[in-house]
Amino acid sequence: MIEMDENIDYEKLGLMMGLEIHQQLNTTKKLFCPCECELTDKKPDYRVLRYLRPTQSELGKIDRAAFEESRRELTFLYDAYPQHTCLVESDDEPPHPLNQEALEIGLIIATLLDMQVVDEFHTMRKQVIDGSNTGGFQRTGLLAIQGHMNTPYGRVVIENLCLEEDAARRMGQRKGKVEFRLDRLGIPLLEITTDPSMNHPEQVREVAYQIGQVLRSTKVKRGLGTIRQDLNISIREGARVEVKGVQDLDSMEQLVKNEVMRQLKLLEIRDELRKRGALVENQIYDLGEILQDTESKIIAKAIKKGGKVLSIKLNGYKGLIGKEVQPGRRFGTELAGYAKKMGVAGIFHTDELPAYGITSQEVELINGFLEIGENDAFILVADEGDIARNALEEVQRRAKIATEGVPEETRKALDDANTEYLRPLPTASRMYVETDIPTQMVSSELLERVRANLPELPEEKKARIINEYGLSEDLSHQLVRQDRVKQFEEIVAGCGVEPTTVASLLAYTLKELRREGLDVDNLPDSHLVGTFQLLKQGKISKDAVSDVLVGVLKKNCTPEEAATNLNLMMLSKEDVKGIIIEIVASNEKMVIERNMGAMGPLMGTAMKQLKGKADGKLVNKLLKEEIQKYLK
Amino acid sequence: MSYRGRAKQFLESQNISIGDMISIKKNGTEYRGMLLDRAEDADQMHIVLKMDSGYNVGLALAEAEVKLLEKGDKPEINLPPLDIHRDPGKMDVSIISTGGTVASIIDYKTGAVHPAFTADDLLRATPELLDEANISGKAIMNILSENMKPEFWVQSACAVADEINEGADGVIVAHGTDTMHYTAAALSFIMESPVPIVITGAQRSSDRPSSDAFLNLMSSVAMAKSDIAEVTVCMHPTENDNKAHIHRGTRVRKMHTSRRDTFNSINSPPLAKVKDGKVKIIDKKFAYHKRGECQLEVNDSLEEKVGFIKSYPGIAAELLDYHIDKGYRGLLIEGTGLGHCPDHLIPSLQRAADEEIPVLMTSQCLYGRTNLNVYSTGRKLLSAGVIPAGDMLPEVAYVKLVWALGQTSKLEEVKKIIETNLKGEMDEKSSSKYFLRDYGE
Repeated sequence: MIEMDENIDYEKLGLMMGLEIHQQLNTTKKLFCPCECELTDKKPDYRVLRYLRPTQSELGKIDRAAFEESRRELTFLYDAYPQHTCLVESDDEPPHPLNQEALEIGLIIATLLDMQVVDEFHTMRKQVIDGSNTGGFQRTGLLAIQGHMNTPYGRVVIENLCLEEDAARRMGQRKGKVEFRLDRLGIPLLEITTDPSMNHPEQVREVAYQIGQVLRSTKVKRGLGTIRQDLNISIREGARVEVKGVQDLDSMEQLVKNEVMRQLKLLEIRDELRKRGALVENQIYDLGEILQDTESKIIAKAIKKGGKVLSIKLNGYKGLIGKEVQPGRRFGTELAGYAKKMGVAGIFHTDELPAYGITSQEVELINGFLEIGENDAFILVADEGDIARNALEEVQRRAKIATEGVPEETRKALDDANTEYLRPLPTASRMYVETDIPTQMVSSELLERVRANLPELPEEKKARIINEYGLSEDLSHQLVRQDRVKQFEEIVAGCGVEPTTVASLLAYTLKELRREGLDVDNLPDSHLVGTFQLLKQGKISKDAVSDVLVGVLKKNCTPEEAATNLNLMMLSKEDVKGIIIEIVASNEKMVIERNMGAMGPLMGTAMKQLKGKADGKLVNKLLKEEIQKYLK
Repeated sequence: MSYRGRAKQFLESQNISIGDMISIKKNGTEYRGMLLDRAEDADQMHIVLKMDSGYNVGLALAEAEVKLLEKGDKPEINLPPLDIHRDPGKMDVSIISTGGTVASIIDYKTGAVHPAFTADDLLRATPELLDEANISGKAIMNILSENMKPEFWVQSACAVADEINEGADGVIVAHGTDTMHYTAAALSFIMESPVPIVITGAQRSSDRPSSDAFLNLMSSVAMAKSDIAEVTVCMHPTENDNKAHIHRGTRVRKMHTSRRDTFNSINSPPLAKVKDGKVKIIDKKFAYHKRGECQLEVNDSLEEKVGFIKSYPGIAAELLDYHIDKGYRGLLIEGTGLGHCPDHLIPSLQRAADEEIPVLMTSQCLYGRTNLNVYSTGRKLLSAGVIPAGDMLPEVAYVKLVWALGQTSKLEEVKKIIETNLKGEMDEKSSSKYFLRDYGE
């Protein structure tokens, strides 16, 4: 038995991982309609109610993922807007031709990843009937294959690059209706898939980082939710599991560890089940009579509402359902995951009973009624008849798989680095051609144009600005990482201030101001340029730059106004001279007594009066001239 | 296969056919997958491959090294027949398909979409229909609705009549949406029916999970079981999948190129709505023919040579002359406003009248009725023998003229038929409720 210890020998277990990255593109229009690619928080102007039915194949077979979704018989409500979204998103108008801007960004990425571009792009329909796509399918097409990437752990093949549409945004679920917003539906996405050759979490991180760097060199969206990562994980004897929504690359190692653990535990459970000759009966039993007077609130409530209390027998499963497969999650949690998809809140199982108001006496009665043997277990569900039945059928299906091993699944990454069941792994068979969109030839002219205009990769960019502007390694790195190189170059060109000063403000000062709670992200570049111009013209001192920006942000005014308000504007030479003449005149006695020896004390007086408004060197020079003039 | 020219030559020379697994090497990269057929209108330079991932890609044959890996079976759809027993407790509803694909089956192996034509196909795709009625189905033709012709209206009417004669309690006609309203009007005039005749279709093809076909079909079955023995159109009234509207066949028109709620009743409220399988009359005062009130009758003689002309600012009289010269037996004009056309057409209209060719005047406004007494042009048109069509839709008036000319060739009798309300296609009264979807529901 393998303990959940810290040191897992991934290689020995045959861990294989593949990465799937989804990146939103920052195009002007959506992939198949002219709507803008922006999300909105505005209240929807109207809602569209829809159902989805899977279309069957010639064998009477439906894709298993699609089929399971359809069993839930969900109603979907789509938030729509007369301006922000159009009839294409609500599936009331055929798609417009493929967005050429998105295609070109895809070709740029394909080229940067050294991939082979297809000669003709075919838009496909991938059946997805969880409501996230109004048509019941996601439009997607394969743009390029077979790129590669070198990592310290070895070479990774980039298998596929697909151009596809993003799904509608899930807003919640109410009374059996799942609510989506149409704003996100149709935003162009690139899907980049690696081969499943990675065997260490660090390698996955490195690949994700490198792909991220390539993506960021082109017109992609930034910020939360604009890039999504899925991870394929399998171990020898285990099964391929696709973990959706790995948000944080830092917690990925723990996630991999927990998933590997889960698969190992499931294999242990399989071995034990086989040893016991475990068997899942197909029968579903009605326990309504036995539990009609139960104190269990959940069951009593279900019965009161006209629901049913149903049960199944899992022969040979006793003790294994309560077995932990991930920290805080049991094999029973896995079974419950399947049941919940059919709409029940949860299941009760032998290994946790008596509990939840179900007494030991009741457990005995049930055991007797179901003829439960020493190693046998039962599962109990209380809900509307059809829902309860569907849920138990799902549990039976999942329990049977347990004797075979680990099922292939799509799972969702949880915040605690565990994963939870989402749906079966979709089969390749859910693809068919989108007949509403003509195939698109990728001409050699287009490819050549793309190749001739490739963007600078981050590393190239860094080397260039070090070279061109004499910036330090650290400053350049920060500018590249924070994606401020373009801004930096524009400001330097616009104000003529020494590049390091500009770079340091962009890389560090702004970060500090943001930390102080100022809305730095909406500061227009023109105000940055204006502030630096004041510096260049000698109107403010270098020390005042940060204060002026604070003034601009707080009062929402121009840099000049801010500098004036804060009394940070430098005085003109004439004004400074006037003040110095005055100082010298009012200290006449000291000047006559000490001659040039009065320089020191008078400099102190002058600087006190002119602090931040005049350059010290100038004050010094003028004071010296004035004393000399006076002595003459 | 649909490959042509160079691609076809190449594939034949390599003994590669559709369904075979092949390998294509280009610039050091290998693509493996199944050869798929190519659209007939596509170029000859590429072949289509379905990769293991399910994606199709097009690959140029130039500079490619192609190898046959394994011969495949040509994908064929072969489904076992269904074994369905008639439930005597349920009503019998027949579904006649004219080519609109209310149900489809996807061949996942190739990704091809096959329309479901037979009753079995239909029931496989929508088994829920059997909960509502005994369903029998027949595909009588397979044409796109834009290719409909008056002779196909007759064919459809006869097929519907056959079903009724064989005991159907209601008949559903699955139809493409483009000209559904013409067929609805045609069946209205051709047939006297003791049972409901419901025409339905889909704005989103049935190969997609979001298709409106399912709800339209289920609602049509409910309608076919109702006591409204008229020719009606059953389609979505909103963008939502929660109910259907029943439009009288002589009052309905397709009003949007793509929306699900494209069909509207014009100059009239819809007859009924169907929600959760229940048919509810919208306006209780609205009279309709009830089940069993009349005997089945088919008056299917039509005159196909009827011209349909839209008046517009640049129209020339020669357009009318052409029709008269070519022996057209009737003309339908979609006039402007209250029912006008430029007065320089009047000599040609007079000529038509002299040759006993009925000329009907409708309005391209669609909403409202013609009135040729208000302006001098109108009065001149009346003197030239033009017959105003009142609040009849242009398409309906056209179909009515085609039918009327089939019943009689005498101008006076045609005029009388046109001016008589036969199937609810006209009404003396205009209501403020009838304009642009304001049904006050």
